[in-house]
Amino acid sequence: MRAFVEFSQQVLSGAALGCIYALIALGFVLIYKATEVVNFAQGELMMLGAFLGYTFISLFGLPFWLGLPLAVVCMAGIGGLLDRIVVRPIVGQPVFAIVMVTLGMGFVARSGASLVPAWGVDTHVFSTPFTGKVTSIGPLVASHDQLAIMATTAALVAVLFLFFRYTRIGIAMQAASQNQLAAYYVGIPVKAICSLIWGLSAAVAAVAGILLAPIVFVHANMGFIGLKAFPAAVLGGFGSIPGAIAGGLVIGVVESLAGFYLPEGFKDVAAYVVLLLVLAIRPQGLFGEGLRKKV
Amino acid sequence: MSLLAIDNLSLHFGGVRAVEDVSFRVEPQEVFTLIGPNGAGKTSIFNLISRIYDAHAGRIAFEGRDITAIAPHEVAQRGIARTFQNVELFEHATVLENLLLGRHVRFRTRLPFELLFTPSVRAEERAHREKVEEVIDFLELQHYRDSRTGNLPYGVRKVVELGRALASGPKLLLLDEPSSGLNTEETEEMSFWIEDITQELGITVLMIEHDMALVREVSDRVLALNYGRIIAAGDVESVQAHPEVVRAYLGE
Repeated sequence: MRAFVEFSQQVLSGAALGCIYALIALGFVLIYKATEVVNFAQGELMMLGAFLGYTFISLFGLPFWLGLPLAVVCMAGIGGLLDRIVVRPIVGQPVFAIVMVTLGMGFVARSGASLVPAWGVDTHVFSTPFTGKVTSIGPLVASHDQLAIMATTAALVAVLFLFFRYTRIGIAMQAASQNQLAAYYVGIPVKAICSLIWGLSAAVAAVAGILLAPIVFVHANMGFIGLKAFPAAVLGGFGSIPGAIAGGLVIGVVESLAGFYLPEGFKDVAAYVVLLLVLAIRPQGLFGEGLRKKV
Repeated sequence: MSLLAIDNLSLHFGGVRAVEDVSFRVEPQEVFTLIGPNGAGKTSIFNLISRIYDAHAGRIAFEGRDITAIAPHEVAQRGIARTFQNVELFEHATVLENLLLGRHVRFRTRLPFELLFTPSVRAEERAHREKVEEVIDFLELQHYRDSRTGNLPYGVRKVVELGRALASGPKLLLLDEPSSGLNTEETEEMSFWIEDITQELGITVLMIEHDMALVREVSDRVLALNYGRIIAAGDVESVQAHPEVVRAYLGE
């Protein structure tokens, strides 16, 4: 019984962290599907979102429920501007050029953040209405921060599902990601849609950053968590939104279990071991579609 | 007034003159066909009209308004729809969804109302669905309504693409080789549809076509191009018999 409780406790905390991976992976996938750009700066967008949240809530003293949406909206604007100013001019250039630009954006974001006087290279703490509270579910203990992460992720995924399924902009985004040429000629402003998608990805990253802040603290290097979200996106089959969520959860849970049951050090490689195993068996990822060329 | 007026249009790729000083007029409700050997500049003219390329010189006017420099997504809003040589569909969507996307430019709803799913949004949805069902009936696509287009045979995909163009309710339809990849029976069907599109729906058609039987069947006027220049224009018989055209196809 005790072994089972320990196991469940690890799964629970793994799932909470997995939700964060899932949200960042979701950002990767949204941008990749629409524009075929792999945004290596997705983790840094999350970091900037967390810093903005810290600024509004801790430094400016705004209430959490005002600071959170404010940070999310600011990040959506930053995401859209990044697309307009940095990414759009290089679309159509060789893939490595685009990869270098997004990697560069990550570097600039990290050093930029550490140059901001009130941010610097220190770790910052900011508390949310959930911080420090716990709920017992039978023998399990869940912190409210963890529950908030899971509930928010679930709600966000549901809203995004409805958005893509039923709204005109959501449907236009899907159309643009399936065939840009055809999208233009049914009258979809594809370039503007791409900027909106970057905005959406950055907004999702900001939510992830603010939810994660009470657990890992706010720091200029917190974006490196994107390195775990990347295998999550690949695991799910790059390009699949349900895949990104499932991939994130799998990586989170495996990591948490590996940290608890396996010797020191396995925790950090667990994500990649799982990724290698899955790709060996299912090269297209969990939810990916097979790429078969018709002849 | 001509529906489409093209004046002194030129497009160069480096030293290659893809389109050179081309002018012609397309009148309402006619079928106007561009013919010519491969590389004559026919598709380039389509791409200029639908704004994939920027013209180096010349002017394109639709319904008397200059469209030489509008954004590509505005072309559909003005009432010009097109199909592609190699079929460009939303592969992961069904036939119905593809056709509904064709209606995209006609949607008037705004996001806040959509999120609330207000009665006006539902009424508009219904109107678009009806319009799309009309197109499905017209092109006899009922059987494929809910199939994913990626899985359909080429001939059907071609018809779906035509349906998506029709769903937008265009005034001018650009058809890039409507018969390419179709068998004789399907080509026959395509020629009936093109006639119905102009006569029943009153839509003007500008098309590129190699199949001379189809060209003869449906075209009111024909324009022959070679190396980006106009070599002959007029009714089918006179263009086909024109010595320049014969030389372009058969060589000296």
